[in-house]
Amino acid sequence: MINLSDIPPKGGSPFILPMAAFLVLLVAAPFLVARFGLYHYLAIEIAIWIIFAMGFNLLFGYTGLHSFGHGAYLGIGAYAFGLFQHNVSISLWGGLGAALLAAMVAGGFVALFLSHRRGIYFALLSIAFGQIFWFSSIKLHRITGGEDGLLGIPRPPLQIGDATLALADNRIFYGFVAALAALVVIGLWRVVNSPFGRVLQAIRQNEMRARFVGYDVWRWKWLAFTISATFAGLAGALLAMAQNSAYPDVMSLHQSGLVVMMVLVGGGLVNFWGPILGVLLYFLAREVLGGLTETWLLWYGLMFVVMVMVRPEGLAGLIGTARRREAPVPPARIVETTP
Amino acid sequence: MTLFQATGLQKRFGARVVLENITLGIEEGTVHGIMGPNGAGKTTCFHLLTGHHAPDAGSIVFAGRNIAGLPPHRIARLGIARSFQIMNLFDDTVVIENVLLALPAFKAQTGRIFGNGFADRTLIDAALAVLDMVGLADSAWSKTKSLSYGNRRALEIAVALAAEPRIVFLDEPTSGLGVEATRALAALIRRLRTRYTICLIEHDMRFLFGLADRISVIHWGQVITEGTPAELMANKWVARSSLREAV
Repeated sequence: MINLSDIPPKGGSPFILPMAAFLVLLVAAPFLVARFGLYHYLAIEIAIWIIFAMGFNLLFGYTGLHSFGHGAYLGIGAYAFGLFQHNVSISLWGGLGAALLAAMVAGGFVALFLSHRRGIYFALLSIAFGQIFWFSSIKLHRITGGEDGLLGIPRPPLQIGDATLALADNRIFYGFVAALAALVVIGLWRVVNSPFGRVLQAIRQNEMRARFVGYDVWRWKWLAFTISATFAGLAGALLAMAQNSAYPDVMSLHQSGLVVMMVLVGGGLVNFWGPILGVLLYFLAREVLGGLTETWLLWYGLMFVVMVMVRPEGLAGLIGTARRREAPVPPARIVETTP
Repeated sequence: MTLFQATGLQKRFGARVVLENITLGIEEGTVHGIMGPNGAGKTTCFHLLTGHHAPDAGSIVFAGRNIAGLPPHRIARLGIARSFQIMNLFDDTVVIENVLLALPAFKAQTGRIFGNGFADRTLIDAALAVLDMVGLADSAWSKTKSLSYGNRRALEIAVALAAEPRIVFLDEPTSGLGVEATRALAALIRRLRTRYTICLIEHDMRFLFGLADRISVIHWGQVITEGTPAELMANKWVARSSLREAV
């Protein structure tokens, strides 16, 4: 059985085969989607959701806190980015900064109430707060544009020093999103294997033990929630740029459920790479099954049910098991007999 | 010198008074035993002393400081470590990480969000040294789940020791152990007593009387008597109870 807290053979070094494969795939994605007759926008969507799902799994898989309202922070990032462009100035870095800050503050505030909780109470409270944000986005018409959403959000050009790069073209914008996704994934790989990340995993394994070893569990849970909300904010800002708009839909319970489903199907509970597999599977299912039948979500849902029943470790668990089958069988363990 | 002094501790859950009046002092460098029949309130008493529950009344002074009502992580950082009767380990990881997480040198690094805990040789060596004390150095890189019951008990103690505490509380360390493992544990505690102040709850009277410098007997939520093992053997309360025959 593979496990999130297994110690990677190369420590926290990012120079590993799966990382290389992931980066190659990121670079190759625009060519792959073109080759299979899909559109560039799909690659952008996938990269954005990878950022969202990976940040989410820091909380969900690694810390063991099951938030079902994380769509809210995706939406807050999207709105913050749009509002910054409309009301402050047209600026890429300014907008991204505003989105990160807004999601961090919102997440930090909600985490004040959630960090005392565990299990079902944590989950229910996270849903409640998610719904509050979603409802506000519909009702605060003057700020968010209500159900019509915030329209006409521009894609400001990327400025580094004197050089300027327009991001209006989807292929160039993909390059930008993919670069951020690569940074996020490399960064998270370091984080989960750092002392910081090991403490989060310790809290998942045994909150009481962590407390008696001397960790202020409340503060760590607060941090994990706030950090993962901030990643959601980044993904949200990119989503606003991608769609040129922000809608209340992004914040809905549906989106919050979607990211949970992706992480579970992909195997985020047992493997760092799980969420990425889950995101890929979802979007490929949408494109491939969606091309065949309008009821593709039904089939995807059924697949989810089967997955949870027969292989709860998800896709990553499936791959892990297959790999072990190839490996030589370890010598039989000496069974201790007790008199 | 009295390192740890609890005075007049009281605890009730709802209408039920579990601890009426617990007063006990632990001298530095000694092994202090707590015994008493089932349901006497021994474990609740431990929970109060280590911060799992806050007392309703009374004071707990450790090294000159009142710690009653402080949260467990603050108490742990002051130098009070404990093991649990029902084992409480980090099960998804390897043995050494259980100890590593408790090392003060590791805790000082947890703010380093991009650091690498398992690349630091000095930390690993420090953790191995602690495992060596309890005889688990060879299983350092095994899965925690794969340890035998007796070794899990030893790991419980190692985690408590890793925190470099001034006082170690052990909650029924022999519970579930066979004769051989109990003997090994007694030898371990004898080795540890030169370095730590130890307080232990124990059912196994032979084990406790052989190790403890002083023993507090808890019954009906109170300390009914206290003394050296020899004094307790002569005590009429203890003599009248079934405790004596067990020794």
